[in-house]
Amino acid sequence: MKIFVCIKQVPDTETKIKISPDQTGIEAAGIKWVMNPYDEYAVEEANKLRDANPGSQVWVLSVGPKARVVESLRTALAMGSDEAIVVNAEGLDSFATAKALAEVIKAEGGAKVIFSGKLAIDDNASSVSQMMAEFLGVPHTTVVSKFAFTPESVTVERDIEGGAKEVVQMMTPAVVAANKGLNMPRYASLPGIMKAKKKTIKEIEFASLNIPATDIKVKYSGMTLPAEKPAVKMISGDAAAQASELVKLLRDEAKVL
Amino acid sequence: MGKVLVFAEHTNGKLKRSSIELIQAAAKSGNTVVAVAFGAHAADVTAAMGHNGANEAHIVKDAALDAYNPESFTANIVAIINKVQPSIVLASASSTGKDLFPRVAARLNTGVASDCTELKISGDNVTAVKPMYSGKAFATVNFENSPIKIVLMRANQLPVEAADTAKTANVVEHAAAATDLKTLIKEIVKGASEKLDLTEANIIVSGGRGLKEAGNFKMLNDLADVLGATVGASRAVVDAGWVGHGMQVGQTGKTVAPTLYIAVGISGAIQHLAGMSGSKVIVAINNDANAPIFQKATYGIVGDAFDIVPKLTEEFKKALHH
Repeated sequence: MKIFVCIKQVPDTETKIKISPDQTGIEAAGIKWVMNPYDEYAVEEANKLRDANPGSQVWVLSVGPKARVVESLRTALAMGSDEAIVVNAEGLDSFATAKALAEVIKAEGGAKVIFSGKLAIDDNASSVSQMMAEFLGVPHTTVVSKFAFTPESVTVERDIEGGAKEVVQMMTPAVVAANKGLNMPRYASLPGIMKAKKKTIKEIEFASLNIPATDIKVKYSGMTLPAEKPAVKMISGDAAAQASELVKLLRDEAKVL
Repeated sequence: MGKVLVFAEHTNGKLKRSSIELIQAAAKSGNTVVAVAFGAHAADVTAAMGHNGANEAHIVKDAALDAYNPESFTANIVAIINKVQPSIVLASASSTGKDLFPRVAARLNTGVASDCTELKISGDNVTAVKPMYSGKAFATVNFENSPIKIVLMRANQLPVEAADTAKTANVVEHAAAATDLKTLIKEIVKGASEKLDLTEANIIVSGGRGLKEAGNFKMLNDLADVLGATVGASRAVVDAGWVGHGMQVGQTGKTVAPTLYIAVGISGAIQHLAGMSGSKVIVAINNDANAPIFQKATYGIVGDAFDIVPKLTEEFKKALHH
């Protein structure tokens, strides 16, 4: 069976952000790009599913500027994915990205299970997997921390509020968006990295998918850095004095009690 | 003026605070406010919807909608949106809101702004601001090619005023939309905590490696009980297995925005700061004066958590009971 994993390349958390002059995004120069952390759980779960079902293949798919995005695809290949596709595009929102992913998966003959991360840490939108499921006409579950497969259905655990979990059964094909806790992603092995370097990554131009410009629904503007926080007020004295001073400040100055 | 539809969440017939925030914000905009609730207890919240400013309360009183199912909820909310024809839809960026509305937006061929922290409604137009890059930047979301603008707001971002019991809403009942389900919710496993979820909590007491061992979280629970707070944790202690992942605050955990965040024994890795920097007032207690958490904190205490936290619990008890 065919298993797809949709991944996104995002700026590394430790990277310093500089706003672009037009304030619609960030300066790409000097950014360290990595695979979105949640997507690593998606890649790992796809690999595990493939390993448990001989004859299966894991296809990893990403939408973005191909010049850099291929790096994250190679990381996924080095982790054990079998094939990779990049849709060369820039400036898409969640809606158009989900459309592009769905179109490519359809064109490649569909998939039994499609994995993604529960959200990407750059725009924090957590929208693409649900939209893609809708465009594919299949069920989805997000925030998944446990996954089990039979050919007819998958059963997953979804983390909800208050530490509660839902046990959800979906008919396949289905979209599963991974949360931390689903597994422990494997490191790319050296032989894996060498093999991944030699693989051909299939390239698709976004324009060839015939997705209309009106499928971009959201654009960002006025991007700013957060306001500077006033300096911390340190509280001195012994433990008893510190405790009573803090409570006083929270009540009389910050007025949060 | 147009119509604003608010998707209202409730727990067994009690409106959630986050939904009250949205109904009141919609009412202030001068638009007609249509609040929507699902489930066997939906009729129990229509009065509260009216008191908080909804003009119409639309309900689907069906026990099949008690538990969230993405497919049945999508079918039902889309059916109501098609009937009501709002120009704006507001919902919480809760686990339900974030799962449901992207799918709804795709079906309605419209846009969704997720995880927003500011909201401005002016006539049919809405401007929302959301954190990007783990709170390292903020952006304004502009809708394009979107007949209906869907905004998902984080909890605790909008003010709540006292409800006006003189105000009432017209109740409109809908039959449940027929759906051919491919998704089945087999079971809901209750969480250990009966407290508010971290994402909704107004006060959070969070612990890190400085607590030395799992058993010492009891000290934080005692403090949280006095404050009516929810207990959170850093990634280090979740990875160490001291507490469950549901308690993790940070980039691979929960993004929180309480009024008061008390970080105990948390040094403040950038991933943790990403999850909690939206807190209004931050208190850091750490024995290392150079811990990065102090750069984000409003108030800082350098010292031994085992001395300070029990004293703090006593002080809060005194302050809150007088």
